[in-house]
Amino acid sequence: METQTSAGGCDACPAHHSGNLIKLGVNMANWDFVVALAGNPNTGKSTVFNALTGLRQHTGNWPGKTVVRAEGGFEFDGHRYKLMDLPGTYSLLSTSLDEEVARDFILFGRPDVTVVVVDAARLERNLNLVLQVLEITDRAVVCLNLMDEAKRYGLSVDERRLARDLGVPVVPAAARRGEGIPELTRVLSDVATGRTVCRPQRIRNEPPALKQAVGKLVAQLEAAFPNVPNARWVALRLLEGDTRIVEAVCSGELGDLNRIPGQEEEMIA
Amino acid sequence: MNDPTANQRPEELIRLATKLRWEVGSNFHDSLMETIYANASQIADRAVTRTGDAARFDLDRTIDRLVTSRWLGFPMMLAILTLVFWLTIEGANVPSAMLAGLLIDSVHPMLKSMAAAIGMPWWLDGLLIDGMYLAMAWVVSVMLPPMAIFFPLFTLLEDFGYLPRVAFNLDQWFKKAGAHGKQALTMSMGFGCNAAAIVSTRVIDSPRERLIAIITNNFALCNGRWPTQILVATIFIGGLAPAHFAGLVSAGAVVGVAVLGILLSFVVSWGLSRTVLRGEASAFSLELPPYRPPRVLQTVYTSIIDRTLIVLWRAVIFAVPAGAVIWLSTNILIGRLSLAEHFMDWSQPFGLLVGLNGVILLAYVIAIPANEIVIPTILMLTVLSAGLIGLGEGAGVMFELDSDAAVAQIFASGGWNLLTAVNLMLFSLVHNPCSTTIYTIWKETRSAKWTSVSSLLPVAMGFLLCFLVAQIWRLVSG
Repeated sequence: METQTSAGGCDACPAHHSGNLIKLGVNMANWDFVVALAGNPNTGKSTVFNALTGLRQHTGNWPGKTVVRAEGGFEFDGHRYKLMDLPGTYSLLSTSLDEEVARDFILFGRPDVTVVVVDAARLERNLNLVLQVLEITDRAVVCLNLMDEAKRYGLSVDERRLARDLGVPVVPAAARRGEGIPELTRVLSDVATGRTVCRPQRIRNEPPALKQAVGKLVAQLEAAFPNVPNARWVALRLLEGDTRIVEAVCSGELGDLNRIPGQEEEMIA
Repeated sequence: MNDPTANQRPEELIRLATKLRWEVGSNFHDSLMETIYANASQIADRAVTRTGDAARFDLDRTIDRLVTSRWLGFPMMLAILTLVFWLTIEGANVPSAMLAGLLIDSVHPMLKSMAAAIGMPWWLDGLLIDGMYLAMAWVVSVMLPPMAIFFPLFTLLEDFGYLPRVAFNLDQWFKKAGAHGKQALTMSMGFGCNAAAIVSTRVIDSPRERLIAIITNNFALCNGRWPTQILVATIFIGGLAPAHFAGLVSAGAVVGVAVLGILLSFVVSWGLSRTVLRGEASAFSLELPPYRPPRVLQTVYTSIIDRTLIVLWRAVIFAVPAGAVIWLSTNILIGRLSLAEHFMDWSQPFGLLVGLNGVILLAYVIAIPANEIVIPTILMLTVLSAGLIGLGEGAGVMFELDSDAAVAQIFASGGWNLLTAVNLMLFSLVHNPCSTTIYTIWKETRSAKWTSVSSLLPVAMGFLLCFLVAQIWRLVSG
């Protein structure tokens, strides 16, 4: 009760709160928030997963190592989080099994936060996935992992600029050494509890014909499903004839994905 | 919700989407991807600055050019594998001898005399101490040292990023065999554990190619079989060479068997994709991850905890009941002979025909639950059955043991020769998967047919291979 309101000094510093991280391993009963871990293959998702949960999910320098999704838990600031390690994918558009697992979880699993782990040394390629994730959900955090490696390659990444351009928080990290993990927990808890509200960048400058078609579909979609947060993305999937999404529209499942803004805040209070 | 037409909207939506799909044209997926790429590139450009020179990247590229080069790729792969096995073989000798000395020479007689002191009935003492305890002691002393050296070395290679390069080298061959290139990855995982690798075949989308990967995964030597290969190669193949070359020659023999396994993977994949699983290979992209300096201490620690102890624990769990079975089978008499002897006598002619013997065949039957215990089972069966026919001291196990030399002595008393050893290595490579793997195949395919094919095809091939080798061997050696 005493620390809750004080805004300045040590309490505002992420380092102060790192002590509050309690690794729960596979003990995930009664979670308050669900966190999804997405990212390109071999960017260290499992390393981040292990750092947060204290589990020892096998990691390796090895793209495509995680084929099944792993689950674990941690507690931070009095909230319990369930963490899902999704298979690594380059995109969410085409239709291989691992992309579908990742896509379905981000869309239908309704995670409270999606952490996209990206390779700081290969930012451009990794951003393709980030942009696609941001089309689906606006509650995302980018974990700029492998900062140590980027430095060795002589690269420096301006994470503030990146955060401004993407519209979501960006946390630099070197998960292998545990660097950035306390900051990541703090930032993702801020997004989960609604203290931070994201305004993600959506894909721009698409060809005019496409833009027009999407516009028509979005209008219809928003009429049918008033609170869908990602109508534009759904429209794109419908245009592509994605059977899983067509099914979700027909069955009305899409309507259940609505998040009423403010619902989480009520839950916390 | 208060709109009466709400229910019709989904159908309308889909109709509209279908109509619009024709309007935007078929290349819209590509143009969407291009848009995303352009956005990503723009954002990345603004955020990233290149400060230093790109020397590290060039180093990566240079290493890649070497290890995936057309001419040097395979020789380097063989050299690296040989080095790993040589280190394992050279390093495991001394600790193996120490463990065997402790567990078998000292603790075993101590337990026996304790049992005698409290007046334990002979059958209980035999079942518990000569059966269960001894099986466990064998497993620990034979398997722990090589595993404790091999696994960290292999994990270091994996963390460094070498295995995907192996996959890259092998990829074109798998393609030629009509299989998926990712099979090179799942096969490399099979070098660790076949059951885990079979789960990892989920990365292959085409069911046809996935089945090929599952069926042929068994040809990748797994954790449970490396120690068998290393031990038999050390005793029989290494024994042929002058002492200072012995380690290298044994390592070469193990690499030879591993490479044979890779070749068999190609041949069987090729055969399957030309017959029952016909089809074209599909394309995929394989990202070569950057070389990352492995975190040596952490890797050594976790690979000892995660791999070595887990594999060892599994082996012990399976070895203890197997030890009981072994002891019972050598001590339950039907007529004048024990169960084990009945089986060995019955299977001996067939065993000899394929260049093995009755003991090995029985050991493989007992060791179906886990490949790890094949060697300990063979040793115990040889000892116990040799004991029964008067070489030892009753159905006991009073051998003077100093590691490899002692094991060699046991093999000699069982009438082994070089052919037996070579064929044991071959059969250990080509036989049915362990029970865990079979169960995993069933879980992944849900097909009794393909589970049986994956289990029985290798056994049949193994017998055929051993038979051919035995016949040629006997022809050549007269």
